[in-house]
Amino acid sequence: MLLIKNGRLLDPANGLDTVADLLIAEGKIAQIGANLTAPAGAQIIDGTDKVVTPGFIDIHVHLRTPGQEYKEDMRSGTASAVRGGFVAIACMPNTSPVIDNVAIVNHVNWEAKARGLCHVWPTGAISKGLKGGQIAEMGEMKEAGIVAVTDDGHPVDSADMMRQAMYYARQFDLVVMDHAEEKSISHGGAMHEGAVSSQLGLRGIPRTSEEVHVARDILLALETGARVHIQHISSKNSVDLIRWGKSIGAQVTAEATPHHFTLTDEIVRAMEYDTNTKMNPPVREESDRQAIIRGLQDGTIDLIATDHAPHHLDDKDVEYGDAAFGIVGLETSVGLTLDRLVKPGLLSLHEMVLLMSTRQAELVRKTPPALQVGAPADITMLDLHKRWTVKAKEFASKSRNTPFDGWALTGAPHATIVDGELKMLEMKVLA
Amino acid sequence: MRLNRKDLLGLKDLTPEEITLILDKAEALKPIVESPVKKVPHLRGKAFVTLFFENSTRTAKSFELAGKYLGGDVINVTASASSVKKGETLKDTAMNLEAMGVDGVVIRHGQGGAPAILAKYLQHASVINAGDGFNEHPTQGLLDMLTIRQNKASFKGLKVAIIGDSKHSRVARSNIWGLTKMGAEVWLAGPSTLLAEGFEGLGVKTTTRIEEALEGADVINTLRLQLERMDRGFFPTAAEYHKFWGLTPNRMKLAPNAIVMHPGPMNRGVEISSFVADAEQNVILPQVANGVAVRMAVTTLLFGGEA
Repeated sequence: MLLIKNGRLLDPANGLDTVADLLIAEGKIAQIGANLTAPAGAQIIDGTDKVVTPGFIDIHVHLRTPGQEYKEDMRSGTASAVRGGFVAIACMPNTSPVIDNVAIVNHVNWEAKARGLCHVWPTGAISKGLKGGQIAEMGEMKEAGIVAVTDDGHPVDSADMMRQAMYYARQFDLVVMDHAEEKSISHGGAMHEGAVSSQLGLRGIPRTSEEVHVARDILLALETGARVHIQHISSKNSVDLIRWGKSIGAQVTAEATPHHFTLTDEIVRAMEYDTNTKMNPPVREESDRQAIIRGLQDGTIDLIATDHAPHHLDDKDVEYGDAAFGIVGLETSVGLTLDRLVKPGLLSLHEMVLLMSTRQAELVRKTPPALQVGAPADITMLDLHKRWTVKAKEFASKSRNTPFDGWALTGAPHATIVDGELKMLEMKVLA
Repeated sequence: MRLNRKDLLGLKDLTPEEITLILDKAEALKPIVESPVKKVPHLRGKAFVTLFFENSTRTAKSFELAGKYLGGDVINVTASASSVKKGETLKDTAMNLEAMGVDGVVIRHGQGGAPAILAKYLQHASVINAGDGFNEHPTQGLLDMLTIRQNKASFKGLKVAIIGDSKHSRVARSNIWGLTKMGAEVWLAGPSTLLAEGFEGLGVKTTTRIEEALEGADVINTLRLQLERMDRGFFPTAAEYHKFWGLTPNRMKLAPNAIVMHPGPMNRGVEISSFVADAEQNVILPQVANGVAVRMAVTTLLFGGEA
């Protein structure tokens, strides 16, 4: 049993914003009220000056298991999640072997149950082997528990393949998550194409490589009636396209990552070719960053996801063009969102909770975590005032690849409660 | 005087004073190249390695000769002959060379930024960039500047036209960084698909009309056109390229007082017509001689004993 005393309980989706106590018993929220007395044996968490919210979710995580456990595994990945304040994650299928059939879905589910510290929702591939040729067994995988289909990491090159996949996914009410990238344009690029890439002599990834696929996906979503979710959008035109897509009735949603609303391509220059600045899609220019923030504010962008992409040092400690794309996201996401968006008043705390919890669950047809008596106790606590420094060596993730090492932030996840169990307190994983 | 830095990664990092220091040093060392006994002790007891991940004749030999004229020990490592082929990383290759005691590494690499990454790995050995991707080729930029200085009174206000594929050119970039720092006016001309962008902030002017860049130019730097760019659709044919952007005698009339440079090797009849390549205005062979002098200067200043 857990008793959170005197916390600010904030659940915008249910109209709750009040200072009270919250009692957890048998994995569920048992009682909410003033001056609750702790039952015998209950652990008390002081909620004074803390915010208690429905548990945060990250629907875009690379757990690297099965097959690449030298980068991350079920234990380290979920430890990274709970340390970052997340109660649930959706894991991407670009594993080895690919999550494109029931056996692998079952394996991930089994491992999550045996070794996971938070809820793990697998996603399945759109195409067999992520090859873009043949549709994966979406129906069977849905029965085994996948929450979405995606070829993330690889775009679906063929427009007709995507079209058929959307028709097919729609009948199972599976959202199609797309890594929007026209490879014939982005081919060989390592960072955003612009003045900085030209001045650094690095091959560029033009904005249009993303935008033409976003436009394509919106039109296909409109035709097929499928739900399409654009992953990690990076450019202003992409944001505008999503806004337009929503206005014409396409069922399109989008996510933005903390690095895309925090950084610009200048970071590659500032960090002198540090490969921890290399991600796909790349961070772009200030006008793009501002457009992403506006998209988060006006609801064009539905949620904040990290694209948590752990890589071993060996995959990063090489020449810029040879380095793997991606950064560790789970343990800096809440801090960056609080420090960069909430503290300066760009987003309200209400909006942050919707972006990081409620809408994530809705997108993948899960019951959103809620601060209601009887609901599963999946809860995140925030410390809005905590000043802390990102230290990659303290990550619970197996990997250290972050451009934010040494950044001073204000605001941090304070506690993570999964199914009524305290899994993290003051950024220390309890296992 | 010595350069107050460990590495020479690009002209973008240098101050005008540092550029002048290097050019002065090169000018002072140049007589050695032309003297009958080509041996001075500036690098005696020093060793450096040329580590080339891309083919090069001119630059590698130029560095090697520079080192030898200065009395240093020079070894050459090419990627195909080294353990790089066996899968060794740049980091391990570099650290092994440092463990053998070399004072400097001259690196050429296909990727922009590789020398900067190498410099972070090496605690003691200095790094000289001999060309990285299409980022920089600082010693080429410096030898171009030395050649210009020998022919023109001052950099200030000079109109320098860089013609051709500046987009994929490290030579163009080093010229842009170096020349704009010294007060020259740099123009880029070429097909729109091959023009470097992102230098407008430095005052660089860009045009698809070669005539506009040539008009009244003091210096013309013709870039080598990599013909394999045709395969990726940057331009249709060598003939069309020559017609619109080739340096021809007719176009040279727009810049009667200009010197003509080319980093070599030339594609005659493509970016430069033979009439221009063999004309009096060209300073292409003096460039090569200056290349040795510049490399003597930078190896002395960075790897050297006393200056």
